[in-house]
Amino acid sequence: MAVESKIDPMHQFQIQPIFGDLGSPFAFTNSALWMMVLLALITGFMILGMRRELVPGRWQAAAEGLVGALDSMVVTSIGPSGRKYLPWVFSSFIFILFANFVGSMPFAITGVHPFTVTSQFTVTGVMSIISFLIVLGVGFWKHGLHFLSLFWPKGMPVGLKLLIAPIEFISFLVRPFSLGLRPFIAMFAGHILLDVFGNFIVQGFNAGGSGYVVSVLCFLFVTFINALELLVGAIQAYVFALLTSMYINDAVNLH
Amino acid sequence: MELASAQVIGAGLAAIGVGAAAAGVGMVFGNFLQGALRNPAAADGQFPRLIFGFAAAELLGLMAFAVAMIILYAR
Repeated sequence: MAVESKIDPMHQFQIQPIFGDLGSPFAFTNSALWMMVLLALITGFMILGMRRELVPGRWQAAAEGLVGALDSMVVTSIGPSGRKYLPWVFSSFIFILFANFVGSMPFAITGVHPFTVTSQFTVTGVMSIISFLIVLGVGFWKHGLHFLSLFWPKGMPVGLKLLIAPIEFISFLVRPFSLGLRPFIAMFAGHILLDVFGNFIVQGFNAGGSGYVVSVLCFLFVTFINALELLVGAIQAYVFALLTSMYINDAVNLH
Repeated sequence: MELASAQVIGAGLAAIGVGAAAAGVGMVFGNFLQGALRNPAAADGQFPRLIFGFAAAELLGLMAFAVAMIILYAR
């Protein structure tokens, strides 16, 4: 590490094996454990929300609100035929949302360190590759090689078209990278910030004197950043779902 | 200059881009608010576009942050 200090904000992103060896492909890591926790939470949330009561309770209202919001988003950006892509859009949305929220929970007080699954680029990167493959598959399935006209803009002189087409192609290829980078960096940066300022609280207390002022200020700041982190987590999940449905729209409707 | 100090200076310079992205995000939301106050009835329908503009502006700041982190922690 370049900076020699006691604060080690990268430690929280380390993947440690719980059972087995980290080198073997069958290691059960803390990332896998927290994905299981997420699976249980999401399943519980949806089962509690799908009891189909005539007068919806709180759980059912929450689940119906989420599904309804995502459904209207998909329908407005793709059209009525886009409803068949809702399962992937909704799954990715609720997975990122729950991962971000669970990772921000202060369970560390009880000694359990929640691992933010989305703070690893492998997870969000694979999700964005799935989105990209859906776009490619749908595009080539529906339009065949005519799908390549996505890169050929309409209504401008040929010289400009020749200039725009490679730019469009490159921006298309960068999509899975930027799509996965966004939720990953948001969680990564936020957790580093929380870790650094959380350490400042402790160091201020240890210093004593005017250090107490630093501690109190840092505590207020960390509280604020934590609230912001919840907002950012929800926004990033929404952005992932929105961009996925917009990209699918490109493949379905070809501009 | 030592490598460690050069890394810290480079990371600090790379972090300037985050401020530029902050200006971009502020512009997105500020202009949305201006438009929304002129025509509040049409504002809700444009929410996905607002978030899309926010995401596009924010990504560049996140890239700057990623570059800063890579410079800071690279060996």
